[in-house]
Amino acid sequence: MTLQISTTVDARGLSCPMPIVKTAQAIKAISSGGIVEVLASDPGSVKDFVAWSRTTGHELLEQTADGGTYRFVIRRK
Amino acid sequence: MDNPLNLVLFSGTDDKLQAAAVLTAGAAALGKPVNIFLQYWALDAFRSDRIARDHGLAPEAGADGRAAVDALRAAGQSSWAETLRQAKDLGGVDIQACSLSMDLLHLEATDLDPLVDGVEGVTAFYLNAGEGQVTFI
Repeated sequence: MTLQISTTVDARGLSCPMPIVKTAQAIKAISSGGIVEVLASDPGSVKDFVAWSRTTGHELLEQTADGGTYRFVIRRK
Repeated sequence: MDNPLNLVLFSGTDDKLQAAAVLTAGAAALGKPVNIFLQYWALDAFRSDRIARDHGLAPEAGADGRAAVDALRAAGQSSWAETLRQAKDLGGVDIQACSLSMDLLHLEATDLDPLVDGVEGVTAFYLNAGEGQVTFI
């Protein structure tokens, strides 16, 4: 099944906490059930996105790493 | 996440303000309310005619610390003011100037950057802080 991405946040090159901040802004702009894809290069973002999803209730659907790029797919609660 | 993050900013150097901005942005992204109270040299750094200038670093930074901070900025790290603007865009972040420090520095509300929401006394700050801890930076 291919997920329908509502919006993509390119946070590559941004340092903590900007990947999470940009993602939180993007999530606010879409409706419930919408999906945000995030690209980040900050290694700290891996733990940050897990913690952020757990706390906010938005669902972390996918989490992958390709070289120095981390990709997260999140569904708005 | 009901208890707010309460930060009293006293130091006006860029490294401490950056650390405070990062804490603020992280909390805002989690939906945690943030109350910031600006005193002394931190308040001076929020003057609209000075906010964009170089505010130096804490003494412990030294030359190596200066180089490390410059490298992070050169790599694209947002300034503390821009980080705070992004955090405020998420909502729940209230920045207040300490009225005593306003007197100390001979400032009017119109002298401050729009990041600052208002001027209040310490009692009002504690009222908004509620049951949350207060951190002094």
